[in-house]
Amino acid sequence: MSVPVRVPTQLRTLTGGAGEVEVEATTVGEALKALDATHPGFAERLFDEQGQLRRFVNVFLAEEDVRFLEGLATPIAPGQTVSIVPAVAGG
Amino acid sequence: MSFVTGLRCRECGRRYPTEALHVCDFCFGPLEVDYDYEQIAQVVSAASIAAGPRSIWRYRDLLPVDDAAPVDLGAGFTPLHRADRLAAELGLGELWIKDDTANPTGSFKDRVVSVALTKARQLGFKVAACASTGNLANSVAAHAARAGMASIVLIPHDLEAAKVTMTAVYGGTVVAVEGSYDDVNRLCAELASEHPSWAFVNVNVRTYYSEGSKTLAFEVAEQLGWRAPDHVVVPIASGSQLTKVAKGFGELARVGLIEPSPVRVSGAQAAGCSPVATAFATGADAIAPVKPNTIAKSLSIGNPADGWYALETIRRSGGSCAAVSDDEVLEGIRLLARTEGIFAETAGGVTIATLAKLAAAGEVRHDERVVALVTGHGLKTVEALSGTVKPTATIVPTLAAFDAVVGEDLDPGSGR
Repeated sequence: MSVPVRVPTQLRTLTGGAGEVEVEATTVGEALKALDATHPGFAERLFDEQGQLRRFVNVFLAEEDVRFLEGLATPIAPGQTVSIVPAVAGG
Repeated sequence: MSFVTGLRCRECGRRYPTEALHVCDFCFGPLEVDYDYEQIAQVVSAASIAAGPRSIWRYRDLLPVDDAAPVDLGAGFTPLHRADRLAAELGLGELWIKDDTANPTGSFKDRVVSVALTKARQLGFKVAACASTGNLANSVAAHAARAGMASIVLIPHDLEAAKVTMTAVYGGTVVAVEGSYDDVNRLCAELASEHPSWAFVNVNVRTYYSEGSKTLAFEVAEQLGWRAPDHVVVPIASGSQLTKVAKGFGELARVGLIEPSPVRVSGAQAAGCSPVATAFATGADAIAPVKPNTIAKSLSIGNPADGWYALETIRRSGGSCAAVSDDEVLEGIRLLARTEGIFAETAGGVTIATLAKLAAAGEVRHDERVVALVTGHGLKTVEALSGTVKPTATIVPTLAAFDAVVGEDLDPGSGR
């Protein structure tokens, strides 16, 4: 299934400036791994040494933070967009 | 002149130029402003500060922007009140209230916005924007009007009426979003990527914006005769204010304006949105985001950007953190009003109620010099009190009617 992934400014050097990239995936974790396969460099920016999302990275599926869902294992439904958003904002 | 030497990632230490950057390109950690403290120590003194304006700009040497004519509505230099009656009620000794209700738009946000828009203008921005729980919206709209900048303010759709009016009146663009503050914040983080020519005060210029909160510490120390308090109690929304207040006291010691002394920093949250207090209570080393449900809307950030740093600051300083129910928040508002004549918004109720709880638990002690930060005006959140405070009686205009309801046993000292 083709899934759109929204990419923030800070990572667009990895996508040639594109703010959205299509990947093949059925879960959020797969989508982020697929992103790294087509655009090398994403994995080391998004994940820490333990393979967990870095503390200051938020990932959303449609409108919801994946930490309120099943994290990286969250299945993606057709038509949903994955968004990578820096956590340090607001307040 | 400015004493800023650059920006630095708080997590991985990578360095960046002083541009509109807020997170590290590599690890997404927040960027901090670095200063040349040795140079600052040589030029700054109690006398040089006293000769400055009665606003946050008297501390310009310790702020990340240098502009002879800042974007300024007079933020800061708010009263520090000795609060003996409240102290007596809570069993405390020397207690002070930092009354930031007295700021131009009625909250501490004027401090951070004055700094943010001054820097934004210096960087060439023409549009000021933000995600806000209300107080920031008020302040951005007002300061943008003052600076002749356009403003785009995004707020949750269910804010208090006064906060919406106090934003819209300035004539900028105000967009109410059907969602929580965290939803609004996420939208703004994405908008900031799509509109790099807009200065989102709490996104792409957040690095500078957040430094404005240090002025709370600067003022408290100056107003106490250039000494730090033993303990400061700070409300937590994003956690930025708490970490910057701690940073502020540290900087004053570093440049020689106060003697180095430990300042315990404690945090206050509403039980309906207490991710930091929960992590403190459980000993967790990560902040689990929550879905807020409390009358303290200005503190309703379920996924606090600086929650982790606030927690770390509290623990390192030997402070504490607690959360209070909405009923306790309302009682906190009334207690502060009744004992000290200060009408705070719900966030102030959270601070006072948490102070009461920590005092009762012995976490805030009688032998400490304590400062509680009251950060927003009660007129902003009058709905929260509806039905709980009202006229003593409604009468026809006759002496008999008055005597019938008030009577002759009225004792002004009874606290009614």
